[in-house]
Amino acid sequence: MTQVIERISATQPPEPSSDTTHWREYFSFSTDHKVIGIQYLVTTFGFYLLGGLMASVIRAELATPDTDLVSSDLYNGLFTVHATVMIFLWIVPAVTGGFGNYLVPLMIGARDMAFPKLNAVAFWIIPPAGALLLSSFFFGAPSTGWTAYPPLSILTDQHVGQAIWIFSIILLGTSSILAAVNFVVTIFSMRMPGMDFFSMPLFCWAILSASGLVLIATPVLAGAMILLGFDLLAGTNFFNPTGGGDPVVYQHLFWFYSHPAVYVMILPVFGIISEILPVHSRKPIFGYKAIAFSSVFICILGLVVWAHHMFTSGTPDWLRIFFMIATLLVAVPTGIKVFSWLATLWGGKLRLESPLLFAIGFVSMFVVGGLSGVMLGSVPVDIHLHDTYFIVAHFHYVLFGGSVFGIYAGFYHWFPKMVGRMLNEFWGKVHFVLTFVGFNLCFLPMHLLGLQGMPRRVAQYDPQFANINVICSIGAFILAISTFPFLFNAAWSWFYGPKAVDNPWNALTLEWTTSSPPHPHNWIGEPVLATGPYDYGVPMDEFEEESMFTGTID
Amino acid sequence: MKIQKIIQITAVFSLIIAASLWYSQNHGLLPVQAAEEAVLYDNLFNALIAIVTAIFLLVQGFIIYSMIRFRRRKGDDTDGIALHDNFVLEIVWTAIPTILVMWVGIYSFDVYTSMKGTDFMSMPMAHHHSPISAEQIANLAMPAAMADTLPSQPEIDSQQAPSGQLVADSSLPLVIDVSAMRYAWIFTYPGTEIVTSEMHVPVGRKVKLNLNAQDVNHAFWVPQFRLKQDTIPGITTNMEFTPNKLGEYPIICAELCGGYHGGMRTTITVQTPTEYDSWLKEEAEVASNSPQTLAFRQVLKDPTQMSDREFLTEQAQAMRIDKDLPTEIHDHIDRMNHHHMHEMASYLTSATSTN
Ligand SMILES: [Cu+2]
Repeated sequence: MTQVIERISATQPPEPSSDTTHWREYFSFSTDHKVIGIQYLVTTFGFYLLGGLMASVIRAELATPDTDLVSSDLYNGLFTVHATVMIFLWIVPAVTGGFGNYLVPLMIGARDMAFPKLNAVAFWIIPPAGALLLSSFFFGAPSTGWTAYPPLSILTDQHVGQAIWIFSIILLGTSSILAAVNFVVTIFSMRMPGMDFFSMPLFCWAILSASGLVLIATPVLAGAMILLGFDLLAGTNFFNPTGGGDPVVYQHLFWFYSHPAVYVMILPVFGIISEILPVHSRKPIFGYKAIAFSSVFICILGLVVWAHHMFTSGTPDWLRIFFMIATLLVAVPTGIKVFSWLATLWGGKLRLESPLLFAIGFVSMFVVGGLSGVMLGSVPVDIHLHDTYFIVAHFHYVLFGGSVFGIYAGFYHWFPKMVGRMLNEFWGKVHFVLTFVGFNLCFLPMHLLGLQGMPRRVAQYDPQFANINVICSIGAFILAISTFPFLFNAAWSWFYGPKAVDNPWNALTLEWTTSSPPHPHNWIGEPVLATGPYDYGVPMDEFEEESMFTGTID
Repeated sequence: MKIQKIIQITAVFSLIIAASLWYSQNHGLLPVQAAEEAVLYDNLFNALIAIVTAIFLLVQGFIIYSMIRFRRRKGDDTDGIALHDNFVLEIVWTAIPTILVMWVGIYSFDVYTSMKGTDFMSMPMAHHHSPISAEQIANLAMPAAMADTLPSQPEIDSQQAPSGQLVADSSLPLVIDVSAMRYAWIFTYPGTEIVTSEMHVPVGRKVKLNLNAQDVNHAFWVPQFRLKQDTIPGITTNMEFTPNKLGEYPIICAELCGGYHGGMRTTITVQTPTEYDSWLKEEAEVASNSPQTLAFRQVLKDPTQMSDREFLTEQAQAMRIDKDLPTEIHDHIDRMNHHHMHEMASYLTSATSTN
């Protein structure tokens, strides 16, 4: 932590007159949104690898029904920190801070974010907060799950680890709020002349919706964490039933943030997909307004579904019914998006390379997570499946099959712009196939485990589940391996890849109108808004309506 | 040409629907049904499986078809069609999911109310946010007392027969108190001396559980009943089921409760009424002769009989026992295949005396 602070004060702001970005800037307190975006992406990817390492240990432990690899306290610590890292240090900062920072100003024709220094502060909170969280392994890692339900989290043997966990969550939440304020102001006030809300790329709509959720929900999490911290460290009784506290109140506060957090993790990825599909299908996005409004609608509904995580907690019945209906309704705007993406593919000229493969992989896998989500929305179904491996399968289909596939799609799509070099396509395809196979092998069988009776968060389990768990562990192993082709591809291409032209994909959004990588001021002159973001395609009247459906297009 | 197209599309849709319906009846994803609630659950689950399978096949089929049919051919650098939207199509794919989820909601509500896996009576208390006093706990344990404050709930629980009556009226629900602690389940049969670590119930008779936790949250889950209920310290939660299949099923703790959470399991045995009666007699005899049981009951003193101070002391003690002696308890639990009551009780006695 001290190292970081030294680094911050020792480095001068970047020289504004230079027209390339010096590599040293990536290690400094830079205020350039593009540098910050890349700082976010690289840092969070590092945390992703660490979280993946923890997942590998978890799957190795679960390869056998007994607790034989790590102690059960360490096991609980591993899945707790795994989840915390993947949510707060990987997906949330990567999709908002990473892609959001890099792309939003470029897409709306701005020179930078509205508050560049605040932006840098938001980023520089993350490395120390992450280091702090990981340091908990030296004191006994927090072992009460990323949900940290009291009274367990108050009575835990890992007091220090739990306290560290609370502090790092508060820090990361702060970073997230700072970033969100910046996005909202930037998108509202810094769009270039001539760009109204409805000619804005859909990624900006998604970031705007996600930022709104962060601003509304994250302070509630901070409140819950502060109260929990007092219970843990000062012996207060907000959530401790021994002193008259109510542990269920914590669950409400926690999920009021943590359900919307899922949308914070998935909405920007929806945005990424809405950018990539049109470019690589050579077609306009289908139903622009429907997709834009469904983001806003998901955002609103997402705020009133939290108690569906508490159907077995003794929630009053009328509340269960209310939250069930609200939860099921989320399927409607989500369905609109999925169907619009599918219609975008229809009749296109699909360039089946890594960006589109991962984007289509996203749609395909996210649908599985969405469908299991609809099932879980039903109260009776959830009562059986809550806290089982079915849930583990469900949210990995949403957050890995969804978010992570989408992030990879974004990497492949914008890497040429960010770095100025092309990624190797062959290794990109290898990466996709390994990821797709490993992911499904690992998580698909978990649905069955949960339905049959295996609870989550256990180091030891009924031997009848041993075989399926071995399959899951093999899948996890393939998934771990799948990261290497990507890492080597990215590292090698960064320095030796073929030079990228300004617009290698013939895309129409503004970030492709500048050089690759962009000038520090984004454009040397003024950016020009020549077309709408999705004006691809041969006009309809040049096609016979009939030919669309009968296969005579080509 | 057009008619051919319609026939093709109809054929594809019928195939998808047929496959989904077939799968919904033959998926084999669920464990055996051992309670009436499980039958209701499985019908709902199968209906949902039919819907999600159909959507799954439709979407994945569409994706694979598009990837083959619309892949870019070599040398073709042209664009696809400039299709921006289609109002009718968008209305259709907004309306159909809306209708489907509404139907799922209504059906789920229906199943939920007929399962009544959790007791409506206890619910107004569960979200009562004031500090929990022993008086409130007393109220929770006596739902009948709540009946007049809740006119919409005509059910009077005072009709319940004490579960321990050896010649029980099997038309009345069997009441069992469940206490969860790290890492064991303890079942008391009100009206008897019986305290066990494995649950026995007669087949075909409704069972009502009053669940409580001594230390942290746990959850009582029987996959074969498709029912789960959290147990929360300071709050009594409820659960009802009617077992309909003889056999032994696992009771699994489903809420993370500490290092040995995965080992917190026991069994529920569904017996014929005769077998159940003889089990009751046996247990009653053991219970009256065993000093451990008394010590055991000490920990589980009926909260309704205690003052605030007593209740809270008990709670604090129960927690401290666990916190100060974790490794010993863990080792002990490890050695046990089933948490047998007598071992557990003697263990707790020694643990309590050190405090
Ligand atoms: Cu437990």
